[in-house]
Amino acid sequence: MQVPDLSIEISGFKMKSPLMLASGIFGTSIKLLRRIFETGAGAVVTKSIGYVKRMGYNNPTLVEVYGGYLNAIGLSNPGIKEVYKELSRSKINDLPLIVSLFGAETYEFTEMISLLEDLKVKAYELNISCPHVEGFGAEVCQNSDLVKQLIMAVKAKTRKPLFVKLSQNTTDIVQIAKLAENAGADALTVVNTLKAMAIDIETGRPILANKIGGLSGPAIKPIALRCVYEIYQNVEIPIVGCGGIINWQDAIEFFLAGATAIQIGTGIAYEGLSVFEKIKQGIKDYLILKGKRSVKEIVGFAHSF
Amino acid sequence: MPIASNKPRIVQVLDIKEESETVRSLIFRDDLCSKAKPGQFVMVWIPGVDEIPMSISMMGDQSLAGFTVRKVGEASKALFDMKVKNILGIRGPYGMPFTPIFGDVMIVGAGTGLAPLLPLAEILTQKFASINIIIGGKTLSEFVLVDRARKTLLKNNSEIIITSEDGSYGIKGLATDVMESILKKKYIDIIYTCGPELMIKKVFEIAQKFSVPIQASLERIMKCGIGICGSCCIGRYRVCKDGPIFDSKKLEEIIDELGLFRRDHSGMVTMIE
Repeated sequence: MQVPDLSIEISGFKMKSPLMLASGIFGTSIKLLRRIFETGAGAVVTKSIGYVKRMGYNNPTLVEVYGGYLNAIGLSNPGIKEVYKELSRSKINDLPLIVSLFGAETYEFTEMISLLEDLKVKAYELNISCPHVEGFGAEVCQNSDLVKQLIMAVKAKTRKPLFVKLSQNTTDIVQIAKLAENAGADALTVVNTLKAMAIDIETGRPILANKIGGLSGPAIKPIALRCVYEIYQNVEIPIVGCGGIINWQDAIEFFLAGATAIQIGTGIAYEGLSVFEKIKQGIKDYLILKGKRSVKEIVGFAHSF
Repeated sequence: MPIASNKPRIVQVLDIKEESETVRSLIFRDDLCSKAKPGQFVMVWIPGVDEIPMSISMMGDQSLAGFTVRKVGEASKALFDMKVKNILGIRGPYGMPFTPIFGDVMIVGAGTGLAPLLPLAEILTQKFASINIIIGGKTLSEFVLVDRARKTLLKNNSEIIITSEDGSYGIKGLATDVMESILKKKYIDIIYTCGPELMIKKVFEIAQKFSVPIQASLERIMKCGIGICGSCCIGRYRVCKDGPIFDSKKLEEIIDELGLFRRDHSGMVTMIE
């Protein structure tokens, strides 16, 4: 039996594997991102970059809870100019690098993209779904006019594929997904972390310095999966599933629900850097067992019932 | 699904040891930390202030453990000002520990850099090991943990050499000068080091010159402590997960960053002075 084909293509962006590193993991260090690529990721997404430098929140910025992790890093990043410098001096030609961007105003996104356009960045992911920073992220996602205007403005600035990362912290994620598609998004990343918190009962205090954070990990997988499933029924563009994928069985569920690719973040906390290789092998074995030649053959299969 | 080490466990400060005017060791009871290996660290939550990484400087019986803090910034000052019975949150222990090699050992430390090295020395002295320990510092008042080092190394074939830059304590000069003169005369199986990064870099260069393997404890800004946020990256490595102990091979791979630059809380590259 021949080895199943795991390669995929999203709006002209070819990936050897459908596994991507989710944004927010591993910061902006290109050397660290390259290491993930070398462990079997088809693409790597940077931490979200903003218009200006942000120090982020004080620690604690991370705490484990049953079924996952809460984090409120606070969109810390060196700002677009510094990131541009780092990308310019790094070798990224052969790296399937997607830059994640966040902003408060449309012009921040468009100016950031204008600056990055001459670099060998392969695609962009708009983070309009961070759950724990006021004025950014999920607050953008809740404003449908703003989402539409933002995507159209960004599309006018670049011909590179545009991924839009959606939030479940909104009234109707399917509506936002349709809106993003109509505005010109090339793919949807579904979903970001879910707004959540943890309180220490000894001290009576919220543990995260920011009090509220985003929940990731196995606890959010069924929610993310449902979002992918519902969105798949309503949009034509590819969906990148994200949320609580820690093993190959999780990955297969997302493909069956309608994801063309998947992103892994917190899975690294559970399984280490070998998580990509393990999941890749599991997908191959599953496809062989099911007599499939390519991962594309199972995308959305669960909708046939 | 038990959460053993990644959620803060609230502990009480049981004892405080005055190491110098600016350095104190805080002792607490925690089963996991008491079984930590030398070189590992904990994330210490000071409720209402911050959470910072601290090397475990003491692993003891009866589930006792401790760390040694120098007051530098807001968080370390809050730790320094802690009183007995105050509470802390502890996550960990985390990170790759030192690998003990029982042979002719050299330890080079400075300041609170001795904190992770002394538990290692204590393990090494349990089996036969000859230890040369070089403790460097700027001036007399900055030396800490020297008494504990003496007590640890009292019984075996060991030597403690003190060097201070201003000559106020021990030999006048740098720890790395003494290190080089010893390596010229004596065969050493392994060098362990912790202290300011520029010193570590120099120790590494000298170790390379004499082809002696080395294990060094590095420091970077840490947020998650479990290897996912990337704040502590150096080269392709994460100090919290792939380190904090780096061997010769890993140090060689990060030589273009070691002692030159680090990242601030935003992730921006800043030069080391």
